[in-house]
Amino acid sequence: MAALHDAHAAHGHDSALHHQFEDIEQQNESYVVGMWAFLVTEVMFFGALFLAYTLYRWAYQTDFFYAAAELDRTLGAVNTTILLISSFTMVLAVHFAQLKNKKAVLINLALTVGAAVAFLGVKSVEYKAKFAHHLYPGPNFEWHGEGNPNVIQLFYSLYFVMTGLHAIHIIIGIIAIGCLAYLHFREAPSVKDDFVPTEMVGLYWHFVDLVWIFLFPLYYLIPSLSRGGH
Amino acid sequence: MNYPIVPPRASNLALEHDIVFYTITALTVFFTLLVGVLVVFFTMRYRAGNRVNRSRPVHEHLPIELAWTITPLLLGIMVFLAGAKLYVRQRTPPPEAMEIFVIGKQWMWHVQHSNGVRENNTIHVPLGKPVKLVMISQDVIHAMYIPAFRQQFQVYPGRYTEMWFTPTQVGKFHLFCNMYCGTQHSEMGGYVYVMPPDEFAEWLDSGGNDVRPTGFAAKGQQLFEKLNCGSCHGEKDTPQGTSLRGLLGKERRMKDGTTLVADQDYLVRSITHPYEHLVEGYGQEMPAYDTLTPEQVLQLAAYVRTLSSEGKASSEDALKTHSGSAATGDDNPAFGAYEHLKRMDQE
Amino acid sequence: MSASLSPNGQAHHEEPNYLNVTHTLKSWLLTGDHKRIAILYLISISVFFFLGSTAAGLVRLELTSPTGWLMENDTYNKAFTAHGVIMIFFFLIPSIPAVFGNFLLPIMIGARDLAFPRLNLLSWYLYMIGGTLALIGILGGGVDTGWTFYTPYSSLYSNSQVTITILGAFIAGFSSIATGINFIVTIHKMRAPGMTWFRLPLFVWAHYATSLIIILGTPVIAITLLLVIAERVFRLGVFSPELGGDPVLFQHLFWFYSHPAVYIMILPAMGVISEIMAAFCRKRVFGYSFVAFSSLAIAGLSFFVWGHHMFVTSQSMYQGFFFSLVSFLVAVPSAVKVFNWTATIYKGRVYLDTPMIYALGFIGLFTIGGLTGLYLATLGTDVHLTASYFVVAHFHYVMVGGAILGFLGALHFWWPKMFGRMYPQGWGKFNAMLVFAGFNITFLPQFVLGFNGMPRRYHYYYLYPEFQVYHILSTAGASILAVSFLIPAVYLTWSLIKGPRASANPWGAHGLEWEVASPPITTNFVTTPIVRDEVYAYDEVDEYEQVQGTEEIVHPTRTEDKH
Repeated sequence: MAALHDAHAAHGHDSALHHQFEDIEQQNESYVVGMWAFLVTEVMFFGALFLAYTLYRWAYQTDFFYAAAELDRTLGAVNTTILLISSFTMVLAVHFAQLKNKKAVLINLALTVGAAVAFLGVKSVEYKAKFAHHLYPGPNFEWHGEGNPNVIQLFYSLYFVMTGLHAIHIIIGIIAIGCLAYLHFREAPSVKDDFVPTEMVGLYWHFVDLVWIFLFPLYYLIPSLSRGGH
Repeated sequence: MNYPIVPPRASNLALEHDIVFYTITALTVFFTLLVGVLVVFFTMRYRAGNRVNRSRPVHEHLPIELAWTITPLLLGIMVFLAGAKLYVRQRTPPPEAMEIFVIGKQWMWHVQHSNGVRENNTIHVPLGKPVKLVMISQDVIHAMYIPAFRQQFQVYPGRYTEMWFTPTQVGKFHLFCNMYCGTQHSEMGGYVYVMPPDEFAEWLDSGGNDVRPTGFAAKGQQLFEKLNCGSCHGEKDTPQGTSLRGLLGKERRMKDGTTLVADQDYLVRSITHPYEHLVEGYGQEMPAYDTLTPEQVLQLAAYVRTLSSEGKASSEDALKTHSGSAATGDDNPAFGAYEHLKRMDQE
Repeated sequence: MSASLSPNGQAHHEEPNYLNVTHTLKSWLLTGDHKRIAILYLISISVFFFLGSTAAGLVRLELTSPTGWLMENDTYNKAFTAHGVIMIFFFLIPSIPAVFGNFLLPIMIGARDLAFPRLNLLSWYLYMIGGTLALIGILGGGVDTGWTFYTPYSSLYSNSQVTITILGAFIAGFSSIATGINFIVTIHKMRAPGMTWFRLPLFVWAHYATSLIIILGTPVIAITLLLVIAERVFRLGVFSPELGGDPVLFQHLFWFYSHPAVYIMILPAMGVISEIMAAFCRKRVFGYSFVAFSSLAIAGLSFFVWGHHMFVTSQSMYQGFFFSLVSFLVAVPSAVKVFNWTATIYKGRVYLDTPMIYALGFIGLFTIGGLTGLYLATLGTDVHLTASYFVVAHFHYVMVGGAILGFLGALHFWWPKMFGRMYPQGWGKFNAMLVFAGFNITFLPQFVLGFNGMPRRYHYYYLYPEFQVYHILSTAGASILAVSFLIPAVYLTWSLIKGPRASANPWGAHGLEWEVASPPITTNFVTTPIVRDEVYAYDEVDEYEQVQGTEEIVHPTRTEDKH
């Protein structure tokens, strides 16, 4: 233990730095590695669902086409656009956090949250329509068109699970962005002196966006065969 | 007290299994002893305080690392190949295998022979003849396990699986459900009785010990009448439905322009999923009878098959034909149908 | 590790350590200190271990009679399910990583704490919430599905408390994920200056590999369990044939996690054994890089073997070939580890202290556990043996003989570090041998049972009374095992109050954790250490001792502790 490096002397005045880290670089690198590790778990989380979707679609292609005809492409496209815009405003928020432009950060975070809420609004309209048509799995499920009703129900099971989980991620995103905005508003040193936390929330938000970029074509844009006899 | 050391070896697969089993046992014992003896020997020899030569200790030695990486790898691949060869045999029933239909349900095994003889929790099989169990479950997953035959396979709702063996020893052997299936899982078992072929034939002809000799097709006829299928599927084709007389083996034109031969698979499929292959000139008139149990579907199919045997409209007559040709595999109406059902991955 | 053994914290012996720096309950429940969280975990998993063992005891007692004598079918089914769920989700998976990984990983790499202390605390709370929910299910009505929760039984047929128990396991999964992410970041970014990857203790390598499995596998089981709940509660059918799903998909998703989960349990134990072997052979672990990379190889391959649980399902024959072959491949790195440990003893200086006896026991039992896995990796023999008592015996050799012996070894090795007290060595050594004996008596007969076709999860076997002898033998062994789990509970608790104080390095071992005080101070190190040497630098000491040629090797710190 010849050369001693006094860590405590090195920090302490830098209030964005947590005690377990040596310096702000180490802390930020840890945030980045941690966030990516977390996103890996998220990929695996949704991955299992995408796997289930792939298997069942492979097995019941035609029935899936019948079922997908009931989904509203226009609303899906609107939601996709909303999310893409929200990702853009999130990028701007990170950009202005780097420039330490508090006002621009807050405006862009607010826009992002606004887009997220709009997304949920559109989603709830869609869900409502599905419930009105008894297209939710369970004993009240009804299907009068072509295709095997059991498989159609399976399609809607997957639809509700996957879009529902995605919606939960949107809600978590709203909370995270809300907290971030609050910290920016309060000019907390943890976000004021260090843009990495803002970037990390952005990373999460882009991931949530990306999941939707996969969900949209898989559910809304597959060939839809019109149902007969409805 | 009576206790088993090794299980009886009562099927054609058992010996081959045991050869692989004992080979691995030899490897296990050898490596366990090798590691055990070395650990104990080194520990004793190099105890702290012993005056032994500890000079020039080795920490890295690539050749030896490679040696004990590659040796287990090669041994492993050899065992893998032996196991894979056995597995192919275990999962490939010979085409001439006699089929027995098995339904698993909480908590009993329901067994039907090709001539309709039924038994519960027991399976009677002839010595020296390949037997194929065609299995489905009515509720949860079960598994058919006959240790003396070294054979096992899971039994699913909504999907047919099969398992085969050729019994090589007369006697009574345990049969288990080996996939946990609820409260009385441990009581869902019984025996396989292996009988000499002539005794087995006698047993089958006498209708088994405790079974009602109602044929599959006869059951199907009752069901056909109960469901009133005849109101649409009469003696002749009508706008409501096609006649089923002589249907089997005919080439049919479909609505989408394709043609297919009406085989057993088509029959079964048409009962449960009538809209999948609509015959030219017909719409979606027929309700899907997908609430029938797989057993009932097969009974219906068996009855419809009798309508196609010329001059043998009576189901009982047709039945004799079947039991006579029990070994013809897919031609057997009651059981040939599972091939297609197996492919339909639903209900 | 610098050559000098002068402990970093010893000069500051009067400084309060992590245990007595604060005393309020609140300071424990809101702590960010990885060592305190480790202690919280140690207490909670011990409670779960006790509950899981009780369930195992009930199962073993019941099986002494072919017709049962204690309980009904349903009670029995709930007992073995309780045993499985508690032991796997709430003991084995968190055991070594959450207790010893948490406690030691930052110290071993020269850090003040894990990267995310609050996430670490959150992980413990998630574990407690999950555990509480599972216990509500298990004790308040019971679950009868088996820990595997196979659909459609679990989703549509079982009338027991499946939903809340699965919810508990689901939440505990996030606790595991939080720990995994924390470890990965810590190992990547928090290493002290000079602590290069190839100077890391093998314990850290093992935890790195474990964390990779955790973050890749656990989310899959989480979503799978969620789908079972959805199917059960909302009838969202993804797995049940009558709702349009496929039950075999459940098995695939379940084993995609649950096979790698076996390595979550065993890899940390392997890391522990590497540390103990080095310390008590006073020698660098033979083939360091092979042992380190074999952990990563196991972690990588573990994701491609899950299908070997499914050789008698409708999975195709060709999938079977693939999964069987890869299962043989994953056996190789485990074999490499065993050979390397054995070679470590060669020309070592072996001290047969309590942890070492556990480690040697581990090598023996894990060898048997690993080799009997070959029967189940082999396609043809697995058809006969799968889901029989052979499987039960095999995985208990790996999980009890491996993971729990590793856990006990770790507990006895680092106990002085964690609490600053020594336990009675005589009792420790005696108990280590008792565990070994009791374990073998319990589980060796089960191999015979399995080969003869006794299915697992069977309550009654009155149709097959010839199996009774083996069951009685097994239960006899289990009662020895039960005693051998109670004895350490007694003497370790005793040592907390009356045990002699331990020095910073009571075993004469190397590693940063032995250079800090026992128990360590809250920040672990007074100053951030700078590492100049590899971790297992025992040779200089050995050569010194050789020159002396003494009969009894007298290590200054060892004698201090022994009076």
